[in-house]
Amino acid sequence: MIAIDERGYYGEFGGAYIPEMLYPNIEELRRHYVQLMEEPAFQREFRQLLKDYVGRPSPLYLAERLSEHYKATIYLKREDLNHTGAHKINNTVGQILMAKRLGKTRIIAETGAGQHGVATATVCALMGIRCIVYMGAVDIKRQAPNVSRMRMLGAEVRPATSGSQTLKDATNEAIRDWINNPEDTHYIIGSVVGPHPYPDMVARFQSVISEEMKWQLEEHTGRENPDAIIACVGGGSNAAGAYYHYLNDAGVRLIAVEAAGHGIHSGESAATSVLGTKGIIHGSRTLLMQTRDGQIIEPYSLSAGLDYPGIGPLHAHLIASGRAEAISITDDEALASAYFLSRKEGIIPALETAHAFAALDKMEYRPDDVIVVCLSGRGDKDLDTYIRHFERFQK
Amino acid sequence: MNRLDKLFANKRQDILNIYFTAGHPKLEDTGKIIQALEKAGADLIELGMPYSDPLADGPTIQQSGQQALRNGMTLPLLFEQVQSVREKTEIPLILMGYFNQVMQYGEQRFFDKCVEVGIDGLILPDLPLYEYEKFYKEMVEQAGLGISFLITPQTPKERVRKVDELSRGFIYMVANSSITGAKGAITEKQLAYFERVSALKLSNPRLIGFGISSHDTFATACRYANGAIIGSAFIRALDGAEDVEKATAGFVKSIRGIEASV
Ligand SMILES: Cc1ncc(COP(=O)(O)O)c(C=O)c1O
Repeated sequence: MIAIDERGYYGEFGGAYIPEMLYPNIEELRRHYVQLMEEPAFQREFRQLLKDYVGRPSPLYLAERLSEHYKATIYLKREDLNHTGAHKINNTVGQILMAKRLGKTRIIAETGAGQHGVATATVCALMGIRCIVYMGAVDIKRQAPNVSRMRMLGAEVRPATSGSQTLKDATNEAIRDWINNPEDTHYIIGSVVGPHPYPDMVARFQSVISEEMKWQLEEHTGRENPDAIIACVGGGSNAAGAYYHYLNDAGVRLIAVEAAGHGIHSGESAATSVLGTKGIIHGSRTLLMQTRDGQIIEPYSLSAGLDYPGIGPLHAHLIASGRAEAISITDDEALASAYFLSRKEGIIPALETAHAFAALDKMEYRPDDVIVVCLSGRGDKDLDTYIRHFERFQK
Repeated sequence: MNRLDKLFANKRQDILNIYFTAGHPKLEDTGKIIQALEKAGADLIELGMPYSDPLADGPTIQQSGQQALRNGMTLPLLFEQVQSVREKTEIPLILMGYFNQVMQYGEQRFFDKCVEVGIDGLILPDLPLYEYEKFYKEMVEQAGLGISFLITPQTPKERVRKVDELSRGFIYMVANSSITGAKGAITEKQLAYFERVSALKLSNPRLIGFGISSHDTFATACRYANGAIIGSAFIRALDGAEDVEKATAGFVKSIRGIEASV
């Protein structure tokens, strides 16, 4: 049985390793999150916004040309069609409602690819709440369109200039901001990472993905369960959402796809399940990339959303216990797969998502297998990168 | 009796606890600064284990840690440095650092090593009370190490009592809810918090830290607690100093309110 305990542990992973300064905020959330999000009024508002504002349910699309190519039945869960272009908004809609109920008047967030930053800026605009987004200085450069979007939505984008200047450092800065502003501020974390109760809270908000998959698959195929679900894992929120209602159905294979950058052992990688060891990052006991001395290693991936040295504690548990299988995909494999999907299905995926599709090349299928790929986001934000590498991939 | 207990048995007032990052500004400065601090009249030293991702620290301590890591500082080297300076000094030494490093070293092995090299206590700001009590309390107490937990203006009374129960040596009173390195005067609101905690008549001595940076703030903190902790301001004084020993002596004098001799 895969479940989280009262202290926020999935098996040996999770918990809340936070300085005392964060205790009141985390404790307030821990005590109230389940009760608040299960209130009928909360659910009504949440569901209404997901439907009318986000555009849910997101379609489950039978990708026929892809299916023909791989000789299996492949469905795409179209999170790219959500408002703002990725799954990230499912979580931010939920968390902004949570923040309002907790009486918070200022929102902070971290972002890597900018998708979570945009999704946070969007719900803050919707609710008229002040929004500050921390983003690594390196990511600000490589995800410029999303920086402009956040600013247009009224958010302040603050560059994180410490460390590798990517997602890990943006997260550090957001946590420091929260320590300095404990009373009026809510921190909207963008993935299933961080101290308890964030991993569980974010997974619950994202679980709408697999909730819909169940009835959509039933409609399409006559059965609720696929044979496998494939999702990319940065921190792991789209994967957690896509797995959630299948976690305890052992017949459903869960495939977690990580970024291998220039190759798992190239020294420039973000393949945490292979390179990671047990430790603590951002308040959570999980798998992370670190030196023997416990210094966190700066990861690398061309994709800003997967460029994170840890994974959420749920995924650490799924992988360590053998419930999920991890597959690592390099930058080039992901790029090739993005060009391939564009031509095959007329869908330009986010670079993060392209990693999930590349995993199709590494799997074995039976002809009657039904596979769902979580199409976590669209590729608009990555066009510069795609254009830069385009020639290299034309045979 | 360990050195920490001895200190508090003999002295209950104006305790000056100075933090600095091991291996900063130069790798070999650790021992020199420890001896200079003792000579200048600091009562207690908090030695920072440099970390790549110090969540609770402001820019000054972050940068000192980055510099120390660039200098080649590691935990095994830190232990070596402490062991060799321990032959020459009796000042109580506390190790302060993030829990991940302890985990990677191996918790039991870490506590044993601390005792072996002459460390007297620990501050592990991201080790929660719950996990400490469940997994590590017995190891730390058996080793005879002190351990200090933090309280902040937001810590509820019941939890302050819990911190008092689990701490051994002293309680670390964070002056205001912030990361390290804040500057400026102490506000009325903070004084009210100091008084509130004072009235609880806790069993451990209390040292106030975060934002203590000058003679004035030190003196104020000492009126409400047994002493205070200074970190960022000392690191700023070391940064760019030509002679770290002289800079250390001058800094301690300026905090104690004795004119630095020319
Ligand atoms: C489209 C897309 N997919 C996936 C991710 C990775 O995040 P997670 O692993 O939390 O789903 C991101 C992160 O920015 C993203 O933008």
